[in-house]
Amino acid sequence: MSFDVEKIRADFPILRQEIRNRPLVYLDNAATCQKPQVVIDSIVKMYSHDYANVHRGVHTLSERATAAFEGAREKVKAFINAQSHKEIIFVRGATEGINLVAQTFGKANLKAGDEILITGMEHHSNIVPWQMLCEETGAKLKVAPINLQGELIIEQFMALLTEKTRLVSVAHMSNALGTVNPVKEIISAAHEKGIKVLLDGAQAIPHMEVNVQELDCDFYVFSGHKLYAPSGIGVLYGKQELLEAMPPYQGGGDMIRKVTFEETEYNVVPYKFEAGTPSIADTVALGAALDYLSEIGMAEIAAYEAELLSYATEKAKKIKGLKIIGEAAQKGAILSFVLEKIHPHDIGTMLDSLGIAVRAGHHCAMPVMDFFQVPATARASFAMYNTKQEIDTLMTGINQLIEVFG
Amino acid sequence: MFDELRDLYQEVIFDHNRNPRNFRVMENPDREVEGFNPLCGDKLTLFLKIKDGMIEDASFQGSGCAISTASVSLMTEIIKGKTIEEAEEIFEMFHKMTTGEDGEIDLDAIGKLAVLAGVREYPARVKCATLAWHTLDAALKNKEKSISTE
Repeated sequence: MSFDVEKIRADFPILRQEIRNRPLVYLDNAATCQKPQVVIDSIVKMYSHDYANVHRGVHTLSERATAAFEGAREKVKAFINAQSHKEIIFVRGATEGINLVAQTFGKANLKAGDEILITGMEHHSNIVPWQMLCEETGAKLKVAPINLQGELIIEQFMALLTEKTRLVSVAHMSNALGTVNPVKEIISAAHEKGIKVLLDGAQAIPHMEVNVQELDCDFYVFSGHKLYAPSGIGVLYGKQELLEAMPPYQGGGDMIRKVTFEETEYNVVPYKFEAGTPSIADTVALGAALDYLSEIGMAEIAAYEAELLSYATEKAKKIKGLKIIGEAAQKGAILSFVLEKIHPHDIGTMLDSLGIAVRAGHHCAMPVMDFFQVPATARASFAMYNTKQEIDTLMTGINQLIEVFG
Repeated sequence: MFDELRDLYQEVIFDHNRNPRNFRVMENPDREVEGFNPLCGDKLTLFLKIKDGMIEDASFQGSGCAISTASVSLMTEIIKGKTIEEAEEIFEMFHKMTTGEDGEIDLDAIGKLAVLAGVREYPARVKCATLAWHTLDAALKNKEKSISTE
């Protein structure tokens, strides 16, 4: 089946509107992406028909809610090809997933002098949880540098994998640059030394097929809201034997098997890490988003987006005074750029007046901005519902604002 | 083209963005304070010479968007020759104008700064305009070496 972008656009009601009297051109998908009707319907259906708390009541609604909720877990398992549903932990998003690993696996396995290795292109959420862990344990955070194309310098990364390294945590794809990291190479090199690897998949997962068994990563985190699902729901995948050995994260309901005032027996995985009533309807809607994506096909989406990116890159390079930040050979659908003498914030406001939504700022990656010696960038990030015409509108807008600034 | 932005990006703002006034490092300033907007990465350093309660000279360095550059450039022009109290009063008025807190602002009293009134329609951009003034406020109160909008 060929990729029909107009058919896909029709599934997204929010796209059918005007912003400042122009058709909306939504190019801020790396921040969060819009929701198809099936996801919206799933939330409405849940609250209209099937809602109750999960894993508790014997009544019909609770059984329906539990079945829908656990059904979503099975869908996630299939979508990323995990071995078991026990390896799928629902969290609020990628950020919480990383914090969970830092506070459980990290605290249990790291001591003073040990090292955690990240890269120079990480989002703050893959930097700060490790800094906090280092402060608590006396471990050290090491950063593998990137080059001017925005690629990881793999030789230096390998040199930083030492007998002191306990964990490697890297972005599968960078949110600020679009770089896709050579994660298979990273994982096999780390595993040779017995080092565990976490992949931050927040950016990668909407753009490519992710197969955790083939990657052989130890942990993989992602957020639902960047994957056409609601915000407030995300996934931590972990290999079962690792999860079972890890201490729990938060204490509360659902994560226990037996509680007395003297002691508590914890529940089995994945429930051990899911204290409190979860975001039930949003989790079920994540399942609906995965069904929708599977029907379209992640490989088809990846191919279409690669076409969009190369079209946008080619057009952008023709604009005088425009500099692309991040030109990795392996890159996802993100175009970060700066304009000579025009601040990204002005670019953002001016494009908004033309109905075009882009992100202007540091993209929660201040060290990346420092590396490229820019205060901020403007970023157009594409999704499967964007079109070449929209890219033309963006480029026309950029040319116009360059003219106005003179 | 960009018609609806004319209230925000007035010609005076483009002018000050292209040719910022008092854009220099000051030798031996009495006050030197850094202002930072972590949301957009705008950074500026404000230098003041103050004698007998009077701002004798004001200058700045840094990088920012057109709104923030024009705002700090205009500010340095206006506060020169003013007493600390007068500068604080202008800060108060400017703050009210940009946040729209006080419906009625005497635009005559605020003079040239009125060109920045347009930001109130753009909540995300208000901090671009007020960064300079919060930095000035900190410099006048002689409290901190650096301030942040967040």
